[in-house]
Amino acid sequence: MKAVGFLMLPAGWFLSLAAIVLFPSPPLRAAFVLAGVAVEALGLIFAFRSHLIPREEKR
Amino acid sequence: MPAPRLTEITTAACLFFIFLVPLAGAGLSLMNVGLGRSRSAGHMMMASLCALAVASLAYFVCGFAWQGFIGSPSHILTVSGKNWNWIAAEPLFFRKLAFDGHPATVAALFQIFCVGLAALIPLGSGADRWRLRASCLSTGMLAALTYPLFAHWVWGGGWLAQLGVNYGIGRGFLDVGGAGTIQVVGGVTALAVTWILGPRRGKYSADGMAPAIPGHNAVLVLFGCLLALVGWIGLNSAGAILFTGGEPSGSAMIAVNTLLAASASALTAAFITKVRFGKPDASLTANGWIGGLVASSASCAFVIPAEAVVIGSVAGVAITFSIEMLELQMEVDDPGGSISVHAVGGIWGLLALGVFGQLQRPILNVAGDSLPSAISGITSGQWLAQLIGVATLLGFVLPLTYGINRLLNRFYEFRVSVEGERQGMDLHELGAGAYPEFVTHTDEFLPR
Repeated sequence: MKAVGFLMLPAGWFLSLAAIVLFPSPPLRAAFVLAGVAVEALGLIFAFRSHLIPREEKR
Repeated sequence: MPAPRLTEITTAACLFFIFLVPLAGAGLSLMNVGLGRSRSAGHMMMASLCALAVASLAYFVCGFAWQGFIGSPSHILTVSGKNWNWIAAEPLFFRKLAFDGHPATVAALFQIFCVGLAALIPLGSGADRWRLRASCLSTGMLAALTYPLFAHWVWGGGWLAQLGVNYGIGRGFLDVGGAGTIQVVGGVTALAVTWILGPRRGKYSADGMAPAIPGHNAVLVLFGCLLALVGWIGLNSAGAILFTGGEPSGSAMIAVNTLLAASASALTAAFITKVRFGKPDASLTANGWIGGLVASSASCAFVIPAEAVVIGSVAGVAITFSIEMLELQMEVDDPGGSISVHAVGGIWGLLALGVFGQLQRPILNVAGDSLPSAISGITSGQWLAQLIGVATLLGFVLPLTYGINRLLNRFYEFRVSVEGERQGMDLHELGAGAYPEFVTHTDEFLPR
């Protein structure tokens, strides 16, 4: 889950970068940038969840 | 892109504001000390001093060379006929700087303080368990690589700053006083370090409880807030002059906006804690104050005072709940609240510029000829430029800094030993406590 989270973060960023270059139309560009940020948010959730402390390690 | 010109009066005013910036660092250091345990207080102050020293040297060696300044030589990628300026190509060791009053030399002075400020942020998160040498190594990488790269994109005429010129997205990514370049970069580094270090022993028990480990000195924390205000006024004013072409006369409004945002944020945090817990919480109110300063940094030159109050109030709400959520739901042990204050507060500040910003004058670091002279953040697409900047911080800077710190942790373990944590960082790493008079000597009680 940690690796997936940390791969999704740059994946979302690349989606935003691609939107800047590929879509001159402002609404389409904005939609794809927002989609990129949503992918990053999902990646962040995975990253946070993968760092939860296992019960047996809590002390 | 030509280098900007500063008159002698503007340069003098800018230097005055820059000399205030170290007070922000002093404020953050005192806060980090006060929010940690008493047995690690001396260690935290020592780590702050070392972080400033390491950051200054690393920035001198290669940081500035990779960050550069508007108009300085840089490496450029061409994508679909547009230039993407991604890293500066200055010589190492400040060799090209003549220190003759040229704006690049003033910017170098400003940046060397800014990178020190960014380096102090992760220390608050790693309090009570981050070894001194490890924090120095991490700071070195922050000052030499992570910070200069992102700062070049924003303040050095990089691709984020040129989003407006190249793609017509607002005026490009704007960040007057470093809400993104200093605060969020420091905040996401704090998050990476906290993940790598893990929580302090005793913070999360097997029964699911997360007992509060209160800071040891509220006076230091609150005094740090007052010092930070002065530093932040200097930070925001100098940034506005250097990176957006503002006049020194605009500093009055910047100072008012900075103070109002901090005040609104602190009072909001105090009100929320009073309503929820019966009494206002000093540490959360202090975090709210700093969070308001952080949020004000992005937009202080482009909003009116009433909007600064709104920005500060939202920051106060976001930071208060973010601290609680990180601690209880996400199990992130952040004694100084650095992640919420600097990363969450900074991201909100950056987005707030896109929502509230009234960009009524040409911005220095974009050509701006084809743009209308007065545009609002919403209608111009400025919000999109700000969002792309935030996406870069989360999608590039966070994984980069996490990877670097994990790699460093493999070679030199970040976390102190169990015995060291029990003993306290002061005795374990420095050999002496910050408050020796607190020690009870058992032999004093032996019968003579």
